[in-house]
Amino acid sequence: MSATSATATPNAPVAAQLPVLRIAPPSRWWVLPFGELWAYRELLYFLVWRDIKVRYKQTAIGAAWAVLQPLLTMAVFWLFLGKLAKLPSNGLPYPVFYFSGLVPWTYFAYSLNYATNTVVSNQFLLTKVYFPRLVLPFSAVLSGLVDFAIGFVLLIFILLGYHIVPGISVLWLPALLFLAICTALGVGLWLSALNALYRDVRYVIQFVVQFWMFASPVMYPSTLVSERYPRLAWLYGLNPMAGVIDGFRWALTGRGQAPGLLLLVSALMVAVVLIGGLMFFRRMEGTMADMV
Amino acid sequence: MNVIKVENLGKRYRVGELEAGGLLRDQIASLLTNPGSLLRRKPRETFWALRDVSFEVKEGEVLGLIGRNGAGKSTLLKLLSRITAPTVGHAEIHGRVGSLLEVGTGFHPELSGRENVFLNGAILGMSRREIARKFDEIVAFAEVERFIDTPVKRYSSGMYVRLAFAVAAHLETEVLFVDEVLSVGDVSFQKKCLGKMGDISRQGRTVVLVSHQMTSIRTLCNRGLWVEAGTIRMDSSAHETVSAYEAAMARGSRNAENGSRNGISHTRFLSWEIASPAPADACTLDHLDPVTIRVNVYVEGMMPKAAHGIALYNHEQQLIWARRLEKVDLTPGEHSFYHAFPMLPLRPGLYTWLVTLYDKDMKPVDSWYCEPEMIVATENHQAAHDEWTGLLNIPSRLDLKLDKINLARVYTSAEEKLHTPQ
Repeated sequence: MSATSATATPNAPVAAQLPVLRIAPPSRWWVLPFGELWAYRELLYFLVWRDIKVRYKQTAIGAAWAVLQPLLTMAVFWLFLGKLAKLPSNGLPYPVFYFSGLVPWTYFAYSLNYATNTVVSNQFLLTKVYFPRLVLPFSAVLSGLVDFAIGFVLLIFILLGYHIVPGISVLWLPALLFLAICTALGVGLWLSALNALYRDVRYVIQFVVQFWMFASPVMYPSTLVSERYPRLAWLYGLNPMAGVIDGFRWALTGRGQAPGLLLLVSALMVAVVLIGGLMFFRRMEGTMADMV
Repeated sequence: MNVIKVENLGKRYRVGELEAGGLLRDQIASLLTNPGSLLRRKPRETFWALRDVSFEVKEGEVLGLIGRNGAGKSTLLKLLSRITAPTVGHAEIHGRVGSLLEVGTGFHPELSGRENVFLNGAILGMSRREIARKFDEIVAFAEVERFIDTPVKRYSSGMYVRLAFAVAAHLETEVLFVDEVLSVGDVSFQKKCLGKMGDISRQGRTVVLVSHQMTSIRTLCNRGLWVEAGTIRMDSSAHETVSAYEAAMARGSRNAENGSRNGISHTRFLSWEIASPAPADACTLDHLDPVTIRVNVYVEGMMPKAAHGIALYNHEQQLIWARRLEKVDLTPGEHSFYHAFPMLPLRPGLYTWLVTLYDKDMKPVDSWYCEPEMIVATENHQAAHDEWTGLLNIPSRLDLKLDKINLARVYTSAEEKLHTPQ
């Protein structure tokens, strides 16, 4: 922010340097306010920082929860899906298979849930202060990245523990992570705006996320689907998280489904959802403070 | 130059939309049972919270928004703060805007005071560097140095609001919107807040203030806007607008309580008015010259050696002045007591006269809190930067006479001390 002199005299010429604000009924919701978002980047940082700090202060286990949750889930999968049901795992040891899928999935599920509820849970901010409302879903999907990073480090340890050294394909990881972020953001934008309108959307989303997990190759390899139902494999591949999780596993271990055409198609779908979500959110932005 | 320009601003709400959003499953259910309803748009009842609001604010002005609850003042501030979008009309603001619609926006109970200052400052629009620069000032203003690193949930409510207000008070925007947040904390802190607001206006910044405390409006604002039922009823100097508002409020209670003193059946007070000089409104006092108050009483039987008392109370039920006349002989009929004062130097506001009548054995016969209340709407004789301390509005004058002889003696003795070797 430009510094201003606290002793500005009332007679100093004011018109030249000051920003002019124009307040009018909402229009042009198709214009995306990236300039304004950049101007409020510090608020974005503080909101993410607040979420992380509060989350870690409140739980007794603190930072350990970020890794405990996927670890325990992995243990449960290992026991019941691996040992008991003997589901295939692309030739990988079960812990590696499950944990490499759980790390990106946990990030996505958490971000989607959090983004859906962010507008409503921040209603006290919304109704009292101005800031571009887009900051809220953006901060929601970014705050999960810290947990993701911790989980990722643990994943590397597990990989090394099983003597699996990732190759050059790890270069795919940032792109895959970016796709996961965009999916969470795109869907989250639609849902958070809808949640402000209809309060029970957050309960619907819990079910949707559950179902989505079954539709993604977290608990089983996607080759299972492509072998059993080759005609429907393309439909399965349209799920962007299928591409992300498959890609993650493949990038780190070299086994499984490599990113292919279907990933590109799902990425395009995500782009459409994201842009649509941004516009929808912008359209609802003006009256969000009245609804919430 | 005009810093704020508002033209035809209006905000319409749909009645029913103000409740929490409906449920999706209800929408889906109604869609299934009644598919046609999606096409037929139910005309919802609407109401205009603000309509046709137009005004301008010049640089450095302090504008006070007054009006009853629900008149639309907070809605206007919300529109100007971009919290919600207007339905019609537009506004233009030159300069950065800081909005203080509530203290402690964004405060999280788990975070420490220090962390909350940064968070709250960022929410209000300050950059990290700015907050860091002003951090010590903010904490000193709030007087919470010792506890700045404890979680805010451990703070007393006073500490909480002090810290919250301190952050907001250090905004350096050119335009500031304040919505009824000046009445936080104890009396000494409120004084601090008022002082800070005074500083802000002295710096030449433009302020729009909403308050229900007429004293604050009179002290801080130089212009007043009376908002009623979504439109501007009066746009004038702060003093005039507040007086008009108070007059209307008093008249309102007057209309409600009329008729209690009618009917001729027993001894009682009937009415009161300002007798001389006869003002435009019989109950408004707007000068500091000699004034006579007239109280009318109806006496039924003979009342020898009666006593009549009169007392003056301000709006906080404080007794300002009272006196009693004794051994007054009253015959049956209507009489008038004329109370003459050389001056009534009262702080502007609403006052109530209490008049009493006792018989010769000091048994109370009637006692009446006069309706309508008296409105004092005199010019402010305190200096512009003084707060409204105290109850009186005395046009005083200060003369300073220095004691020249003793002053010389002080100087020479100091010189002697310098010259004499010790």
